[in-house]
Amino acid sequence: MNFKRFWALLVCRNYEFLRDRSTLTWNLLFPISLIAGFAFAFSGPGLALYKVGVLGDIGGNSSAFLQTRYVQFVPAADRLAALTKVERHQLDMLFDPTGGRYWINDESPKGYLLERVLRGADAPPAFSKQTVNGRVIRYVDWVMPGVLAMNMMFSCLFGVGYVIVRYRKNGMLKRLKATPLTPLEFLSAQVASRWWLTLGTTVLVFVGADFFIGFPMHGSYLNLLLVFAIGALSLISLGVVVSARTTSEELAGGLLNFLSWPMTFLSGVWFSLEGVHPFLQQCAQVAPLTHMIDAARAIMIDGAGLAEISGHLLALTAMSAGLMAFGAWQFRWE
Amino acid sequence: MPALLETHHLIKHFRGVQAVNGLDLAIPSGCCFGLLGPNGAGKTTTVEILEGIQEPTSGTIRYRGEPLGPRFRQEVGIMFQSTALQDHITGRENLRMFGSFYPRTLPVDELIKSCALGEFLDRDTRKLSGGQRQRLLLAIALVNDPDLLFLDEPTTGLDPQARRNFWELIHQIKSRGTTVLLTTHYMEEAYHLCDEIAIMDHGRIIAQGTPRDLLAAHFDDVVLQLPLADFPDPAPALALTVIRGRDAVEILTRDVNAAIQELLAQHISLARLQIRPRTLEDLFLELTGRELRT
Repeated sequence: MNFKRFWALLVCRNYEFLRDRSTLTWNLLFPISLIAGFAFAFSGPGLALYKVGVLGDIGGNSSAFLQTRYVQFVPAADRLAALTKVERHQLDMLFDPTGGRYWINDESPKGYLLERVLRGADAPPAFSKQTVNGRVIRYVDWVMPGVLAMNMMFSCLFGVGYVIVRYRKNGMLKRLKATPLTPLEFLSAQVASRWWLTLGTTVLVFVGADFFIGFPMHGSYLNLLLVFAIGALSLISLGVVVSARTTSEELAGGLLNFLSWPMTFLSGVWFSLEGVHPFLQQCAQVAPLTHMIDAARAIMIDGAGLAEISGHLLALTAMSAGLMAFGAWQFRWE
Repeated sequence: MPALLETHHLIKHFRGVQAVNGLDLAIPSGCCFGLLGPNGAGKTTTVEILEGIQEPTSGTIRYRGEPLGPRFRQEVGIMFQSTALQDHITGRENLRMFGSFYPRTLPVDELIKSCALGEFLDRDTRKLSGGQRQRLLLAIALVNDPDLLFLDEPTTGLDPQARRNFWELIHQIKSRGTTVLLTTHYMEEAYHLCDEIAIMDHGRIIAQGTPRDLLAAHFDDVVLQLPLADFPDPAPALALTVIRGRDAVEILTRDVNAAIQELLAQHISLARLQIRPRTLEDLFLELTGRELRT
């Protein structure tokens, strides 16, 4: 390993990224705008989860059901038109308080739940209510670590996987092969460049999002940086595996999407995986993004320390080492 | 002169195709060696094997009498026919980056001067013209002060001024004693630059020598050229070899006076007659045929 060659490649790769204004702007603004969008959507009294059409006057009716929170009640003038909307899941229920009737679609889970709510709305309480006293977190607080990690995933996978394939396709790797440069020096420079650029942009996004939106941070910033650092390395290593021999940008794009979208779904960026099929939960443990998000959430929301997230760190380190070794072994200049 | 690079019975198979078929080559030190051939002749595969980019199926390649190794990588410069450079990087940064790969380098100022890079050195490489880009790629190939320089169709796509400018650069490189292996489709370029040429077809060398020797060995006639409009159709009976082209008629003869007499006897106007010696292009077509290769 010749450090002079490594450094020269690293510097040029950094220039290439930092001077590409459109890519840089996208990397910074995309996650901030995403988080801002969520903060806006989930601000105020809370997002309505159900939609019920009401025949007749809503304001003049005293039914307890019409006082239910998180349900949007909309006037329905035409019963037949409203029933069509229930059939098509545009309305979860049609409620006729005057006639004492309601309509639901038997195929609609939301209709089923609304029916249970309606039937219990005026019933005497059978159980005594208890309230949890833990920290109150908003959805945006919960989703923030996931969005940061997801943004890093796209940056790492495409920033290394796609770029190396592009270099191979346009002949740049062939030109580098004709020099004394070794594959180890080339790959190390690509990985190191993307690693620090991803961490740098993530820190900027974190600070920017916190400034504009504000979210809780109950753990150590250094621990969070450590999680993101090892997580980024594992995702970059996955990008190296994809790019090791691929010669077509189209195939590389397909493979990277094939990896990134299931990972996004299974890692719980947007919603918790509690209750999904155990097999899918097991599959999620194979994805680096799952460990990154779980560890980051544990630090930011629960204030977890290194000992509590050590399992995730170990998994990410093992994935980084294994994937990098495999990618470097498989790598071909052409 | 000792051979700097030599091959012995080089063979390269692809699926169902024998691209290189028992090639023996010896490139003398300090020589500008031209490798010519029609498309599909095995020229690119041969050059890529010589550059160490591809592995041969069998046969040996020796550089300074030894198999290709780390020393070869450090002492050769390569200019591929098409090489992409990193986006958003200037010529100067490219020179620095490639320079860092080698233990021995030419000073950047010397490269800038010899390849005339000054006016565009700090410009993003995406914004260079074809000629500027080729000069920068040549400078990158020279960055390690190579003993052996591969130039793969270096002037393809350049305008005549840029091509002649490039020839001057190659003359300067030759004058420093650098061995050059040039591939080109421009016969005039090969004639102008090469000390020795080899013409390849079907994976084999079919002719090799200095351009003058090759022409002398294959031709003892000259070409009389007339515009097609000045030549009768149907052609009169002549005791001469006549080749009818798209715009002109070429008449091959060893005795120009006798040929002219014969044409005048047929009342053919010689007002626009041109007489030229045989060229490398004639030799190339004679040896490789006139049918289109894909």
